[in-house]
Amino acid sequence: MCHQTVGLIAGELESRGIATTTVTMLREITAKVRTPRALAVPYALGYPLGKPGDPELQTRIIRAAFALLEAPGPGPVLADFTSTWIRSAP
Amino acid sequence: MASLSDLSLKNRVFMATYRYRALDPVPFARPRKPLPSARVALVTTGGVHLLSQVPFDDAMKGGDSSFREIPSETAVETLGIAHKSDAFDQTGFRADRNLGFPLDRLREMAARGEIGALNGRALSFMGSITAPGRLVKNTAPGAAALLEADGVDVALLVPL
Repeated sequence: MCHQTVGLIAGELESRGIATTTVTMLREITAKVRTPRALAVPYALGYPLGKPGDPELQTRIIRAAFALLEAPGPGPVLADFTSTWIRSAP
Repeated sequence: MASLSDLSLKNRVFMATYRYRALDPVPFARPRKPLPSARVALVTTGGVHLLSQVPFDDAMKGGDSSFREIPSETAVETLGIAHKSDAFDQTGFRADRNLGFPLDRLREMAARGEIGALNGRALSFMGSITAPGRLVKNTAPGAAALLEADGVDVALLVPL
């Protein structure tokens, strides 16, 4: 339910003029909620920024999320982050 | 990419039949400033809290829609995590809070000039909200008003 929650908060922020960008692990839920700007990452739930203890990957994902701020709109904007690192199944 | 098929049967059935609330129309604000000049706020639904704060109530019917203000200079490893959701593996987040609450990464980006400033407070929600009425009517507008008053230009939102 985190994905609905962030989408609804993002909508409230956007309506007050604050531009938002949201990370999502569940593309299909984010598409249903119509989150204004979202970056879909190829990682498991609980791993939005990819990997614990990997600042370089975390920073790359944040930069990719911020890059969506340049999208002209209108929203929703939903883009994919690609990386060679995929968390192995537990 | 995670998908609904990766979830437990209980969560899969719930999420497949749940009627998600959609934004319609979709509010869409253009950034007021270039990112290197922008004040950026972090919002998570990871349920993190200062140990001095009352933790979220994971047993509240429909979900706890309240939020906690976290000073942006907080050492992330000192934060508590109230999330008890079994929908996701919490191992990584508990090992490195930056995975879902990347204060360290944003502080580094501010130091490098990639963002203008990190807002003085970040906000933490608890994501397991199945009845979002209170969130939509009360707490999300309240949170947004705080960030608006702070002069925040851009918000990064991270679910868990």
